[in-house]
Amino acid sequence: MFHSRITVTLRKSILDPQGKAIEHGIHSLGYEPVSHVRIGKYIEFDVNTTDKKEAERITRETCERLLSNPVMEDFSFTLEETKSKVHA
Amino acid sequence: MHKVKFGVIVFPGSNCDHDALYAAGTVMKQDARFIWHKESSLANVDVVVIPGGFSYGDYLRCGAIARFSPIMKDVVRFAQQGGVVMGICNGFQILTEAGLLPGALLRNDSLKFACKDVFLRVENSGTRFTGDCAVGDVLRIPIAHGDGNFFADEETLNRLEGNGQVVFRYSTPEGELSDVANPNGSSRNIAGIVNEAGNVLGMMPHPERVCDPLLGNTDGQRVFKSLVESFAVHEVVHNLS
Repeated sequence: MFHSRITVTLRKSILDPQGKAIEHGIHSLGYEPVSHVRIGKYIEFDVNTTDKKEAERITRETCERLLSNPVMEDFSFTLEETKSKVHA
Repeated sequence: MHKVKFGVIVFPGSNCDHDALYAAGTVMKQDARFIWHKESSLANVDVVVIPGGFSYGDYLRCGAIARFSPIMKDVVRFAQQGGVVMGICNGFQILTEAGLLPGALLRNDSLKFACKDVFLRVENSGTRFTGDCAVGDVLRIPIAHGDGNFFADEETLNRLEGNGQVVFRYSTPEGELSDVANPNGSSRNIAGIVNEAGNVLGMMPHPERVCDPLLGNTDGQRVFKSLVESFAVHEVVHNLS
């Protein structure tokens, strides 16, 4: 079994006003060195397979077809093999 | 002249469905009925209206889940066969998510929900949705959205403009384009577009909310009137041929 952790963010070329507002807040707290704040979504799920390639394919396809909108968003993900049993 | 048959799709979370039905049925005196999203067939309609609201609570992204509703398969088929589809507000978002219109609607640049009257300059009067208008006419129509910031890459924007697919732009009451008149940061002040074939319209403002004279503004009727008249023209052409 694999655990997918997915991050979806606005594409770098798109202005992220929420990120800008948060950056402003961080600076107000006195953390001046912080810059390029971007906000995004975090999604996680299990993929019930022993095949890492299969888990990767399924995760990528769900990102491309539903979890992100390629017109405005980028995605990235990590896969972690977990010990849970795979039920047939 | 036959009455035009409007079908208004109702998703869980739609909240402008009654306004759309009222505008098409009661005000414009056409046939109008609701179509529940679980239905699999549009049956016998001339125009599909995808109304405003918050379908599926705007989960994930506005319109992202609605496109999986059973009825959307038939809406896509209908649109691809040249059927007239009009997406208003959340309906526009659903149409971009379903791939029937290009681009996407981002969070308003103000980060605030915008609910007010805006002015729209008609950019193309050759569409079925604007035949009753002239290029440069300015309509006063309300908006009510948090994610109406139209975005597409430069190439797509150039193509939309080149093909005359930009139907409405946010303007001043005098028809001047400016950042001040742009309520949400939309690229090139775009408020409404059609697909390349011209049968699918998406717009963020709500023409259905300003049709009844009792409300003091009937500018929205121009869009519905254009649409209804476009069917009459088709009928005449059909009878002559």
